[in-house]
Amino acid sequence: MYSEKVMDHFMNPRNVGEIEEASGVGTVGNAKCGDIMKVYLKIEEDIIQDAKFKTFGCGAAVATSSMATELVIGKTIQEALHITNKSVAEALDGLPPVKMHCSLLAEEAVHAALWDYAKKNNIEIEGLEEPKADVHDHDHQEGTGCCNG
Amino acid sequence: MEKIYFDNAATTPVKKEVLEIMLPYFTENFGNPSSVYHLAQVNKKAIDEARETLAKYLGANTNEIFFTSGGTEADNWAIKGIAEAYKAKGNHIITSKIEHHAVLHTCEYLEKQGYEVTYLDVDEEGMVNPEDVKKAIKDSTILISIMYANNEIGTIMPISEIGQIAKEHQIIFHTDAVQAIGQVKIDVKEQNIDLLSLSAGLLYIKRGIKTAPFIHGGAQERGRRAGTENVPGIVGLAKAMELAYDHFEEKIKNITALRDELIQGLITQIPYCKLNGHKTQRLSNNVNIGVEFVEGESLLLLLDMNGIAASSGSACTSGSLDPSHVLLALGLPHEKAHGSVRFTLAESTTKEQVDYVLEKMPQIVQRMRDMSPLYEEFLKANK
Repeated sequence: MYSEKVMDHFMNPRNVGEIEEASGVGTVGNAKCGDIMKVYLKIEEDIIQDAKFKTFGCGAAVATSSMATELVIGKTIQEALHITNKSVAEALDGLPPVKMHCSLLAEEAVHAALWDYAKKNNIEIEGLEEPKADVHDHDHQEGTGCCNG
Repeated sequence: MEKIYFDNAATTPVKKEVLEIMLPYFTENFGNPSSVYHLAQVNKKAIDEARETLAKYLGANTNEIFFTSGGTEADNWAIKGIAEAYKAKGNHIITSKIEHHAVLHTCEYLEKQGYEVTYLDVDEEGMVNPEDVKKAIKDSTILISIMYANNEIGTIMPISEIGQIAKEHQIIFHTDAVQAIGQVKIDVKEQNIDLLSLSAGLLYIKRGIKTAPFIHGGAQERGRRAGTENVPGIVGLAKAMELAYDHFEEKIKNITALRDELIQGLITQIPYCKLNGHKTQRLSNNVNIGVEFVEGESLLLLLDMNGIAASSGSACTSGSLDPSHVLLALGLPHEKAHGSVRFTLAESTTKEQVDYVLEKMPQIVQRMRDMSPLYEEFLKANK
């Protein structure tokens, strides 16, 4: 069901943990739907120096969190903003269609952490919108996500 | 690495003795039982004997046993067949919220056809209260369908009590016994069961109960279920039934002891987890544990990496993105329903296998909790 790369990132997730005094922290998802992602970013001079995550969720949720943190480390804020759920999924050699919403969660978690960073530093990041309270609101429109309840 | 198969409620391997008895019916004894020549008559006789064996273990008569393609068809036929045949009498059906989808989705289909269905609540251990069944009965009630035992949490329902209520009110009583067979002793007459479904393809229909045909075609199964008989399957089912009830008490005692050891070990070694389902009114092979702060699919993947095959009521394993309807009906919140894991043992299960799972599970859960933001929040809140 999962690609080898997904299984690799699930079994050996990169960047699990927390960052003390992180520049920005973002949490998205909800326990009701079965997935929550929390991303910590350390940003210096517009560059993402480090990223860590904690995730409650399925194999795809863990793997996309791991891959998303890998992809943003070393990138500028603008570059990181352009990492989409599709690019995370592609970097994992694809996800089963029913799991695409997990990759969306990873994208939104990075955005939420950047939003937190911008707010803390009183700056505006071009192209960054305020994160949704519940990422799954977004899912409903695409008809791929949780939940009915 | 040892492979441990603890998903015996999903399916089981076929026993050697069963396979051996089936094999000739694929090759030498291939005749269509409806034909007149000797080759066919041998098969007809094999079916008759199998029917006799199966009837005996259910306390039924041979002419009350009908072969189907499987448990899902048996459930569909029972419910739709009764609904149609007794339409003139009424349009109300009583069932429970924790039935298998083969029953639930059939009932939902019938609702769209104008039938009225009452889905009874269960208590927090998954038990249907017979009093609730009684209260739900109306003049228009034509069928009560309550499963014998639940496939996810293993709770065994008060079938005899419900059968008694159905009898007193002269309402037809169907039970889906797919998970119960081989684990409990069933006597359809004594328990007032009018229809009973089994997997591997059998529907018991009490003499005198009408059912509209579900599969139309030839005159097989006394004109009530068409289609050339699956002779190897039928012969195999009868043999499997014999073996299941051979040394029954001893086997149930052994497997129950292993079940309880696994349950006890898990809930004492892993903090913040609990047993789902009933403690004692429970299938002898079923262990279902709710583990807080972790998600079921991840848990299954890590168990699989350790050679353990299990299942979960997590949304991510159902294909529907909603967690198990059974766990939600017990009153579990979504987040707890996502973190359930089911181990279903077999008579071949050993103490070593149980010990191995008990060794691995706490490590796996800890690993997942270490990366769970829910657990982090919980720890911070409880400092």
